[in-house]
Amino acid sequence: MSRAVRSPLRGRKLYTWSTAVAIAALVGAAGCGGSSGSSSSSSSSSATGAQKGGTYTILANSAFGVADPAQNYTLQEWQLLIDTHDGLVQFNRVGGTAGTKIVPDLATSLPQPTNGGKTYVFHIRKGIKFSNGQVMKPSDFVTTFERQFTVPGPTSFYSGIIGADKCSTKGCDLSQGVVANDSAYTLTINLTAPDPEFFDKLALPFAYVVPAGTSKKLTGNNVPPGTGPYMWQSYNPNSEAVLVRNPYFKVWSAAAQPAGYPDKIVEKYGLPISEEVTQVQNGQADEVFDGDVIPSDRLAELNGAQFVNQVHVNPLTADWYMALNTKTAPFNNLKARQAINFAADRNAYVKIAGGPSLGVPTCQILPPNFPGYKPYCPYTAGSDHTKWTAPDIAKAKQLVQQSGTAGMKVVVNSATDETSKALALQMVSDLNKIGYKASTQLLTGSIQYPFVQNSNNSKKWQVAWSAWYQDYPVPSDFLNVLLGCGSIHPGSDASPNIAAFCDQAIQAKMTQASNMQLTNLAGANELWAQVDHEVTDQAPWVDLYNPKQIDFLSKRVGNYQWNPQWYILIDQLWVQ
Amino acid sequence: MAAVLEEVTAAGDPGQAVAGRSPWALAGRQLLRNRLAMASLALFLLIVVACFLAPFYAKHIAHVDAFANNINGTTIVNGKKVPLMEAGGGTLHLGVTPIGPTWDPAHYFLGADSQGRDVMALVLYGGRASLLVGIGSAAIACLAATILALIAGFFGGTVDALLSRIMDLIWAFPVILLAICIGTELLTSSNGLQFGPIHIVATSLWLPTLIIAVIYVPYVYRPIRGHVLTVINKEYAEAAIALGASNLRLMFSDILPNVVSVVIVLFPLMIATTIFTEAALSFLGVGVQPPNVSWGTIISDGQQLLYTRPIVSIAPGIMIVLTVLALNVLGDGIRDALDPRAKLRVEGQ
Repeated sequence: MSRAVRSPLRGRKLYTWSTAVAIAALVGAAGCGGSSGSSSSSSSSSATGAQKGGTYTILANSAFGVADPAQNYTLQEWQLLIDTHDGLVQFNRVGGTAGTKIVPDLATSLPQPTNGGKTYVFHIRKGIKFSNGQVMKPSDFVTTFERQFTVPGPTSFYSGIIGADKCSTKGCDLSQGVVANDSAYTLTINLTAPDPEFFDKLALPFAYVVPAGTSKKLTGNNVPPGTGPYMWQSYNPNSEAVLVRNPYFKVWSAAAQPAGYPDKIVEKYGLPISEEVTQVQNGQADEVFDGDVIPSDRLAELNGAQFVNQVHVNPLTADWYMALNTKTAPFNNLKARQAINFAADRNAYVKIAGGPSLGVPTCQILPPNFPGYKPYCPYTAGSDHTKWTAPDIAKAKQLVQQSGTAGMKVVVNSATDETSKALALQMVSDLNKIGYKASTQLLTGSIQYPFVQNSNNSKKWQVAWSAWYQDYPVPSDFLNVLLGCGSIHPGSDASPNIAAFCDQAIQAKMTQASNMQLTNLAGANELWAQVDHEVTDQAPWVDLYNPKQIDFLSKRVGNYQWNPQWYILIDQLWVQ
Repeated sequence: MAAVLEEVTAAGDPGQAVAGRSPWALAGRQLLRNRLAMASLALFLLIVVACFLAPFYAKHIAHVDAFANNINGTTIVNGKKVPLMEAGGGTLHLGVTPIGPTWDPAHYFLGADSQGRDVMALVLYGGRASLLVGIGSAAIACLAATILALIAGFFGGTVDALLSRIMDLIWAFPVILLAICIGTELLTSSNGLQFGPIHIVATSLWLPTLIIAVIYVPYVYRPIRGHVLTVINKEYAEAAIALGASNLRLMFSDILPNVVSVVIVLFPLMIATTIFTEAALSFLGVGVQPPNVSWGTIISDGQQLLYTRPIVSIAPGIMIVLTVLALNVLGDGIRDALDPRAKLRVEGQ
């Protein structure tokens, strides 16, 4: 989960346990398979046929921090880890909406849970070797899961495994929760309670298997061997990461782990993004890393006809929003929250994002093309409440008067980067229009996110910018993680419910919808849609827009595929 | 500088005693003769006046609110109404570009920034903040450094050692990093700075002013302290001590007037330095806070537009260069005027 700022993907909560990872903020993958602009979920820029071999070069402004897969929580590394490592299951490695489907990877099939949904028995594929030549066995998974707790990282994904509650960075014994049988080649995972999202969690790189002998401590920039078609030759956050072919790899499931096309994948670090654009334009590199935000003046350049086949724009299942502090005045008042929702000029925010091609105004929590999404926007001028059209300042002023909060001071917290600052200034402008006295509080990105999460700071701000990108395509990843009562952790830097919004009635529906996912997915999504609308009515956020993402590739690149979970599928690209 | 009067007997009128000029008057006369320094002073004053007329320009000429976002706004170019932010072209329509210079003072003379604000108005307002912070912090730094240097140099011993080590400690920190640390701490504080009844909020210009002042105290303290140590051993100082002058009288009547020339020389140079520092801090986001703008914040905002609208960064950059250049040349002129050897050199030309 994450918020995307300059570097890619998934979730903001990683700031809480690793500064290094935090700096490389994430951008989560998206459950939408659609595409827009010049892009398609699968296309060839200019190549005319499959091209195996060559070196694919990515330029990224900065590296992704510590490389240990048990800790790293950035899509930047995940886009590479999916090519070097495997889990029990995987998201279907294809472009388009089919890419959100879970398929078996190192497991031979997706098991039906037993014991009331609390036990999963996986049959593990035989004959697979790690890139160091070691044979992969079920017991390797025990080490892998125990490392989730001994290495500081986002352990919450696997905290439902029996024994996990007693694990810490000092030690972990999951002998009751993860039971390996190396003779029968089975792996049994026992949970404390049914988890409808367990397969999604297993498909994340945290659960990708590493050899049993791997240190239980942080391996730093040394990535343990994996089973994918590539292996890590080197990683230096100051210069580059290099992936080469794994000599022991063979295809066992093209859906989960197909063979890659380039012989070598190189990700270079340190260039200004503007220089990255120039190098890709000149054919000196193949990709401007898709987490790097291309400066707006260079964007205008990419509109040229000569780049039409090199630019791909895809919608993300993500939200950029302003969280309203529901614990302090004026936004502990529902009418005040609704007022700023009516006043927010979402067109202006979209322009800050780069224009209508790169952002779509929204009022609700769930993004389009997401399970449970039903268009809803009660905070717009006009009578069509399915989409935002314009602000309604008169209504907003009326609500401010009714709330009795006119003239109050409001601090808008945001980050210092150009986009975040511009969003904050626009919010200040919108707030002042309806009678508040707003000012900004701009902090560097690595400080801002933990700062606004920590309840000790909640009296220091009233509005906080944030963004969230899905971890996996499940509504709870937005609604429950960001606005559930259980996501409020007082005094912690890891409290993703920034607005501190908690409505017990809505929470009960979230729990009900979550439980229903195991047995009645369609019914669960209906309920999630209802929750989405009810939360939107309570206005804990000013939801601004759903962003889109640009991939800018060199002329020689072909077979572009956009996967909603992993974005660009690097290993499937052709380089001529 | 000791107040020494020269008595000159005018040639041809031996009976008439003519009051000589004080060293200050001589220095002033010397400064007035320095055309380059005078031109620099004129330039500096011109910039100051222009910047302090920013509200007039914004309200009566440009007719804009310089600080309000105007992303969806329009302006008039060649009699036609045009949007301030132009959507990208081609088939993709990527990006939004603000309008460039129109060279019409009434309609976005230097164009708009990425938030649709009038760049010309911003540059003038930014100058107000930069100059206020620059002059204010230089004044505070010079004042504090002078007092501390007087105390350290006069009392010597433990007091001198303690104060000098504190200055060394501040000076040992990387200046920008120290300012970032202080700035971030104050920005995240709910109350800003509180000195008894005085309350400075996080967005106040006083915060960057005080931060910059603190980090430059050692820079001014050192040369003044050195000068105090020299002056205190002069005969007139010893004579004052022998006559039983109090410590305060010695410090402020006998020593201070003789070290103040150092402060006067340093002051314009310090303003130039602090304006630079303010620009750097604001560029890094810990200086002047929105909605206030300074030249540093405008340059920072213009980064994203360097290819298409470089004027957003260039305009405040030029203002910084001109201001700093003017102050440096003026500082040199003052030094030459107050330094006898420099005076001789100038007169010899």
